[in-house]
Amino acid sequence: MTDTVQTVEQVARNSYGRLVAFLAVRSRDLAAAEDALGDAFLAALDQWPRDGVPQKPEAWLLTAARRRMIDASRRSATADAAFPALEFAALDAQREADAVRDFPDERLGLLFCCAHPAIDEAARTPLMLQTVLGLDATRIAGAFLVAPAAMSQRLVRAKTKIRDAGVPFDIPSARELPERVEAVMEAIYAAYGTAWDDAFGVDAKRRGLAEEAIWLARVLTETMPENAEAHGLLALMLFCESRRAARRSSSGAFVPLDQQDVSLWSAPMIAEAERALRTASALTAPGRFQIEAAIQSVHAQRLFGAPVRWDAVAMFYGSLVAIAPTVGAYVGMAAALGEARGPDIGLTVLNGLNDADITDYQPYWAVRGHLLAHAGRAPEAHIAYNRAIHLSDEVAVRSFLLARAASVS
Amino acid sequence: MKYMMLFAEPEHHILQRTSADAPAYWAAWSAFAKSINESGLVIEGNALQDKTTATTVRFTNGKRVVQDGPFADAKEQLAGYFILEVTSIDPVLEWAAKVPGVDSGTVVEIRPIMSVQ
Repeated sequence: MTDTVQTVEQVARNSYGRLVAFLAVRSRDLAAAEDALGDAFLAALDQWPRDGVPQKPEAWLLTAARRRMIDASRRSATADAAFPALEFAALDAQREADAVRDFPDERLGLLFCCAHPAIDEAARTPLMLQTVLGLDATRIAGAFLVAPAAMSQRLVRAKTKIRDAGVPFDIPSARELPERVEAVMEAIYAAYGTAWDDAFGVDAKRRGLAEEAIWLARVLTETMPENAEAHGLLALMLFCESRRAARRSSSGAFVPLDQQDVSLWSAPMIAEAERALRTASALTAPGRFQIEAAIQSVHAQRLFGAPVRWDAVAMFYGSLVAIAPTVGAYVGMAAALGEARGPDIGLTVLNGLNDADITDYQPYWAVRGHLLAHAGRAPEAHIAYNRAIHLSDEVAVRSFLLARAASVS
Repeated sequence: MKYMMLFAEPEHHILQRTSADAPAYWAAWSAFAKSINESGLVIEGNALQDKTTATTVRFTNGKRVVQDGPFADAKEQLAGYFILEVTSIDPVLEWAAKVPGVDSGTVVEIRPIMSVQ
């Protein structure tokens, strides 16, 4: 029984985005595709424990979801609403279900549909995270600092607009690609960030999300080989992913980047990341993701026995704040300057930030504690560390910061 | 799908209809109408007489009230429309970007037409 539930979960995790995209592209109704697929998963949870897991679980789910969509369209009141669904029903469902291993992956098309200018700008990235990457509205609301109910409403409205206003599911023409690709990259990176937070892969829904995000970035570089930032995004995520095994000790403790055992890093992934970054810089169109990848590349040199060149890291952060002045970038710059040129320089950068931006920003307080400790200002360092501890919701990070604070005297 | 493109023109565009600029104003619209008609997507399209010709009907306390003037007192006024038959919103957005005056105050609203039987 538990095994079956796990199988359903695994199929859900691996196939949700692919199945939604496949169904939505054909029915041109994203909300209906999600509803039908949700019903199909419920039916699977009911039937598979009793009848056994089908040979091709994805095919089973696809067929079940299509039946639901056809039924729903029969009940629907207006001929207009029924038309796309009926047209879709006319496709040979069985034939396609049999060929399920090769069913086309339409996720990128769905991402670009969500990024269409006719969709409310504030809904674009959340919509991509929900439909393609299967994140729930509550988690998305948290990431966008919006109440869950408001986020749900925004998502529902966007899906209705896609259906009723005929927003197409295609990858747009070359002329429209640039204006939409930014939102697509944001969503891919946000998905990766969500997976990154879950260091142990404890959360079933987030397991596989990192691979999904990397896969999507790879398809994006193939679709838009001339877009430097797409290569930059891919490089950035590969650099981060290469260190997954080194982020926690065998006992589960948090290991900061500069103390990680480089033999646990994935050398092939780092090599691929370096190649992607070179491809990006050859296109001579610098951008945020490329700079962030370059910072990771400096850290990755430790794999070859080189010490971290903090001056180079600080310089890249300088370029980053020039084009994307986020709090995160400033805090990164402060940390790098602190290493390269002493804690006081780093603290000057931190002191220049707005109170409103840093109140709840954990990395700010952790870096501040670190720099104050190095500057020999122990009492202030304790206050900063305490604040960082208070703002961490991960046990491993909290224990790490507690140990750090304890070592300052 | 069928879509209606509604053109809301600001007062200074409407005034061109009868001013010295009238030939240029109408020439731009004729050229637009000609090219969009040639696309084969158009079901119907027309310019509307200006808002001084509008009559509004509403019911107040169960009584029909007929009034002179348009129902919305906006800075822009409804000046014309086209109905297109296309497979998605994208070509409508393309045509909307070519509407005369769209770069100087005319607003284009695109609405899918609901089929009611």
